[in-house]
Amino acid sequence: MDIFFQQIINGLVQGSVYALVALGYTMVYGILGLINFAHGEVVMIGAMIALTALQALLAAAFAPVLAVLFSLMIAMAVCMALGYSIERIAYRPLRHAPRLAPLITAIGVSIVLQNLAMMIWGREYHSFTLPFTSTSHHLGGAVMNDVQIGIVIVALVIMAGLMWLVHHTRTGRAMRAVAENPAAATLMGVDINRVISVTFMLGSALAAIAGFMVSANYGIVHYYMGFMLGLKAFTAAVLGGIGNLRGAMLGGVLLGLIESLGAGYIGDLTGGFLGSHYQDVFAFFVLIAVLVFRPSGLLGEKLAERA
Amino acid sequence: MTKTPLLEVQDLKVSYGGIQALKGISLTIAQGELVTLIGSNGAGKTTTLKALAGLLHPASGKVDYQDKSLLHIPAHQRVANGISLVPEGRGIFARLTVEENLLMGAYVRSDKTETATDLERQYALFPRLAERRTQLAGTLSGGEQQMVAMARALMSHPTLLMLDEPSMGLAPLMVEKIFETIRDISAQGVTILLVEQNAKLALEAAQRGYVLESGAITLSGAASELLGSDAVQRAYLGA
Repeated sequence: MDIFFQQIINGLVQGSVYALVALGYTMVYGILGLINFAHGEVVMIGAMIALTALQALLAAAFAPVLAVLFSLMIAMAVCMALGYSIERIAYRPLRHAPRLAPLITAIGVSIVLQNLAMMIWGREYHSFTLPFTSTSHHLGGAVMNDVQIGIVIVALVIMAGLMWLVHHTRTGRAMRAVAENPAAATLMGVDINRVISVTFMLGSALAAIAGFMVSANYGIVHYYMGFMLGLKAFTAAVLGGIGNLRGAMLGGVLLGLIESLGAGYIGDLTGGFLGSHYQDVFAFFVLIAVLVFRPSGLLGEKLAERA
Repeated sequence: MTKTPLLEVQDLKVSYGGIQALKGISLTIAQGELVTLIGSNGAGKTTTLKALAGLLHPASGKVDYQDKSLLHIPAHQRVANGISLVPEGRGIFARLTVEENLLMGAYVRSDKTETATDLERQYALFPRLAERRTQLAGTLSGGEQQMVAMARALMSHPTLLMLDEPSMGLAPLMVEKIFETIRDISAQGVTILLVEQNAKLALEAAQRGYVLESGAITLSGAASELLGSDAVQRAYLGA
């Protein structure tokens, strides 16, 4: 039972990160019908920038708490600029091109960003340590540390804030209107390009936060970390129903839990034949299962309605 | 005509790919007029409205609105200039509530108290919408959706309101109600350009009319004259 609770905690923490990243995929898909495969790399860039900023701020003798806060804000700002630029350079010129074209540029942007990060930060793993000790709390037989608690709380607050923005502000209303009917939104006076830019910037800010979280949790950053994380978060978005914000959050948390419980028990279930390093298998098993049995995802609408 | 026209279109040409949908049409609308554009399916009525709203880019021609050229003003800025189009098929936001749809209509307006007053005014004009303000617009009937589309357009305080086939797909009773509302809006001083397949209803409501055939205007004049003309009777009124 202790393992079970521990895996639930791990799953919630990892799921919070997936949820934030999945929101970025789903917001862009909802508005443009485009899978922004470069999104995972934005998470990685966020983590790298946060690391560099954190080290610089600590070296400049900032108080630890301020250094953490500022480095997160710098990472968010850089990622917002990056998300905005990616859309302007790689996607906007192809707005009316066949769907395959922006998908290919997305992969191109992803490769460019990975290589750029490799050139700047090198191929090695960097350790990412927060400038304060993270105490561990025992809950029954399970353990949860301050960083993990922080991740779950921050993710909840961010998600609540995003839902408020989308459902209760003029900008959010315009985003939903553009997602549903861009031509009609234009007739209302909405500048669609502006809404699309805002969407990319919001998604990228969430990606930066997620990048910070995952680095703080594992204590490691690497130029290739965005690839698998991006794929997993994309899976989470599909699981919840791509284009649906609540779906992305649900899908993220569920995927985190499935992975973590799967990794925790796979050894027992296969009599030790497969170990916990097979945890990635679960995400993609889920992806295939969703695509086969419920292509519209858990909360998604029927595909016929979109066409 | 003594007044300078609110809208003056000269020799407007629009093409889709290689097909010329409008072959050079000219029309004028004076401030406060209710003008109708009638014609059969595929004549170019919707194309005309889309070009005026900025959703389509004309190949050539002149479009002057309040004595200034509209051609280089992007579609989303034309609303703020007082040009509002209720598109064919209504274009409501099905997953937004009725009230959110109306608020989208006021997107370009910044005065919050005025917007609140405008909302109440629309609910007074369409009491049915007041009852359903928190309902998703997609769950409404076709007639109610047409009301949402019209109320939403009015939220922007249009100077020129363009309506594309407001009677399409509606039950006769609802058509009557919609046309009654169009007359009301016109009586309040809003200039209206009404596109309709239902030529009889449109000509009865309008002061002037244009007949569009295969991308060109073939007839124009006072609505009552068109209503009585043999050509219109034969082609559109089935007499």
